[in-house]
Amino acid sequence: MTADYDAIVIGGGLLGATAALFLARGGMRVALFERGPLCREASGTNAGTLTMQMTRVALIPFALEGHAMWQSARDWLGHDVGMVTCDGLSLAFTEQEADLLSDRAAKRRAAGAPITLLSPAEAQKVEPGVSPDILLAGHCPVDGFTEAYSTGKAFRVALLQAGVAVREHTPVDRVEHEDAGYSVVSDGKAMARARRLVLAGGVWIEPMLAWLGVRLPIKTLINQLAITERVAPIMRSVVGIASGLLSLKQYPNGTVLIGGGWQGIGNRAEGGYALSPEALIGNVRLACHAIPALRGARLVRAWAGLEAETDDALPAVGPVPGHADAYVCGSVHSGYTSGLAIARHLAAGILGEGAGPELFPIDRLLRQSAPNPTRET
Amino acid sequence: MNAPIASTTAASSADVAIIGAGPAGGTAAVTLRSRGLSVTLVDEAPLPGGQVWRALPQTLKSGAADRSPDRIDGDKLRGALANSDVDWRGDRRVWSVMRDPQGFRIDALGPSGTETIRARSLIVASGTHERTVPFPGWTLPGVMGLAAATILLKSQHVLPGQRVVVAGAGPLLAAVAAGILKAGGEVAAVIDQNGALDWLGASGAMLSRPALAIRGAGWVRRIVGARTPVYRRHCVVAAQGETDLASITIAPVGANGAPRPEGRKDLTADSLVIGNGLVPGTEITRLLRAEHRFDRDLGGWCPVLDGGGRTTIEGLYVAGDGGGVLGVDAARAGGRHVGETVADDARAVANRSERRPTSRRRPRFGAAMAHLARLRPAHVASIPAETVICRCEDVTRAEIDRAIDEGADEVNQIKHFTRCGMGPCQGRFCGDIVAELLALRQAGADDETTIDRARARIGSWTARVPIRPVPLDSLIGDFDYADIPVPPPAPL
Repeated sequence: MTADYDAIVIGGGLLGATAALFLARGGMRVALFERGPLCREASGTNAGTLTMQMTRVALIPFALEGHAMWQSARDWLGHDVGMVTCDGLSLAFTEQEADLLSDRAAKRRAAGAPITLLSPAEAQKVEPGVSPDILLAGHCPVDGFTEAYSTGKAFRVALLQAGVAVREHTPVDRVEHEDAGYSVVSDGKAMARARRLVLAGGVWIEPMLAWLGVRLPIKTLINQLAITERVAPIMRSVVGIASGLLSLKQYPNGTVLIGGGWQGIGNRAEGGYALSPEALIGNVRLACHAIPALRGARLVRAWAGLEAETDDALPAVGPVPGHADAYVCGSVHSGYTSGLAIARHLAAGILGEGAGPELFPIDRLLRQSAPNPTRET
Repeated sequence: MNAPIASTTAASSADVAIIGAGPAGGTAAVTLRSRGLSVTLVDEAPLPGGQVWRALPQTLKSGAADRSPDRIDGDKLRGALANSDVDWRGDRRVWSVMRDPQGFRIDALGPSGTETIRARSLIVASGTHERTVPFPGWTLPGVMGLAAATILLKSQHVLPGQRVVVAGAGPLLAAVAAGILKAGGEVAAVIDQNGALDWLGASGAMLSRPALAIRGAGWVRRIVGARTPVYRRHCVVAAQGETDLASITIAPVGANGAPRPEGRKDLTADSLVIGNGLVPGTEITRLLRAEHRFDRDLGGWCPVLDGGGRTTIEGLYVAGDGGGVLGVDAARAGGRHVGETVADDARAVANRSERRPTSRRRPRFGAAMAHLARLRPAHVASIPAETVICRCEDVTRAEIDRAIDEGADEVNQIKHFTRCGMGPCQGRFCGDIVAELLALRQAGADDETTIDRARARIGSWTARVPIRPVPLDSLIGDFDYADIPVPPPAPL
């Protein structure tokens, strides 16, 4: 037996869960399908960093809005996901990095991020734990982090309260485009129908769009992360470096999370099945170089999360060409910061709530593909 | 791609790498070397022997004349290894194991920095860790595991306390109590979850290994001779004390293993040594994504093995208790057998011939002992709500139950909802109990057959590196900023 909804969202990460939540609050009957538990891929395994200094320039307005949404998450989501607002520093240790930092700070500032450049002495006032070897630091007062692993728990409660039919552990085999809308098939059975469809499957948006005969190449990044045991306070800001290859912060419980997108080993089908010891050691060296007191800690866990990247490294968010009322929402770099805002704007657009900001339609990225075998459009 | 780290990492390769130099791994090493394969044997301890055949530290060697069977067997193994050209790497903390095109890659921290070992085949012989069914007060100073007390006694000749209660299940109970008495300590009581009938049930199997049965009888004789009170079919339900342990409460247990409300009794003690069986250490086989299965009698989750110790991953083998808890005799025999299998497989590859399927019967003695020490679902069900389950992160049973109420329906979700298992031990101590609590709730019953089905469905926590916590300082060594292979900048 299939159930009828106004909208079906496939993919229960941050983007899909946010879209589903705001669609439901806008009055729609919504079903959300997720092959595992909610927010357990990129949305639950990322570094939780909420920063402007690692965000693509085109995403800065969304990142600022997303940051504000995280700050008020207790009000609209019912859970703060451990959000901490603090200063953010981006460090330069070489002349080359200093040039990169100045250039990128200027471009991000022009896009609205309140980033200024600090001398080593000024940076040390913001972050007493920082290495004395820095040449320059970018500073942004709008920064912070969450406990990313709590994201699913928070959204789960909010989605159920909003009346969303949450279907965890329900992998979707395919979607069929019928006259009245879209039908979702799971485990060989038609599970739900709706006029509207949102595909929000992270690195899996490539195979999801293929259900509709649309070919959008998505590269899978295998981002490594590592966390220490609890240690005495050694830092109070989010620390990165000019190139973007470090994200470092200490949680209120004393653990220090080391990230930055160093690459592990894996693929879309198998996940991040192994970590590169070289990349882990390199990442940790960089972290200890930035915050020397970190050397005294012990590493207790490292893992890898998958990140989606389009050909131009900008998001894939907008209508699916040739398929009325179908949308894609994914591949947002540093999407944990800006994703809340982007998915909410997409939901507002679907609800017909007036013109929002221009999103990231995928026409620019599409490659020639075979005609959809099941339907001519 | 990341460039290799140059400065401190020493690299080597062998036909076979073995992780763990206890009875299983050590015996496998000697066997393989006698078959002409090159072997690298890695262990955390400075000398081979593992937990059971543990060597005395150099500083204690002269004084003590310990001629226990374990010491004799251990010395024999150490002698055989010393006379072989097995590449012995003691004092090594293995933190990463992965597959690579040549077979396997192991990364370890040693006395002179990081080391990378490559091998065509890998034998995991990393043994077990202890399980304690939590009760109020189990985290008080003065409460320790049976295996931890064994290490104190064997390697340091240190008694766990002045007045010791020894409690739990399985043959380690009598071994530890007798060890304390032999070392001149006072055992206030032995609290055995099993009764005479349970031991009688195992007696047939015990007769299959007379030497071991006689050794066990010797332990019992010593306990009886010291007039130590033995409480059969009892368990510890609470430990009390202001800052340290002062007293414990025991209760009779019912047929299902759960403590009964009536007949409780307080005992004074400054030390409680307790263990509810051993759990196979499957971190490495889970990390490598070998197939596992749940077998309560063998300690819980075990890698799926054929009779030759082959896992479902080509080139990966398991020997000893890490493949299912069957005790030291089975581990030694298994080490030899798996060593022969690995050598046969290597020859089969060289000759392009068929690999010989091997089969082996489960040793009766070890299986009977493991059965006595198995986890009892009803015992776990009886844990009071405010009892800490995860001692690294101070997560109570009530918090775990709340996470289940909030929709967590597998173990990784419980972890993310509660932080249970996120501390330094990474769930080694609490993982089995958390999964059992979830299984009890999902099954709505406490019989072993039903709970076992639920456990198989629930799975276990995802294993990750580092396999043991590692100090960042030793991991990164000395380096210049220019040595860090920072990848190119992310797109703007």
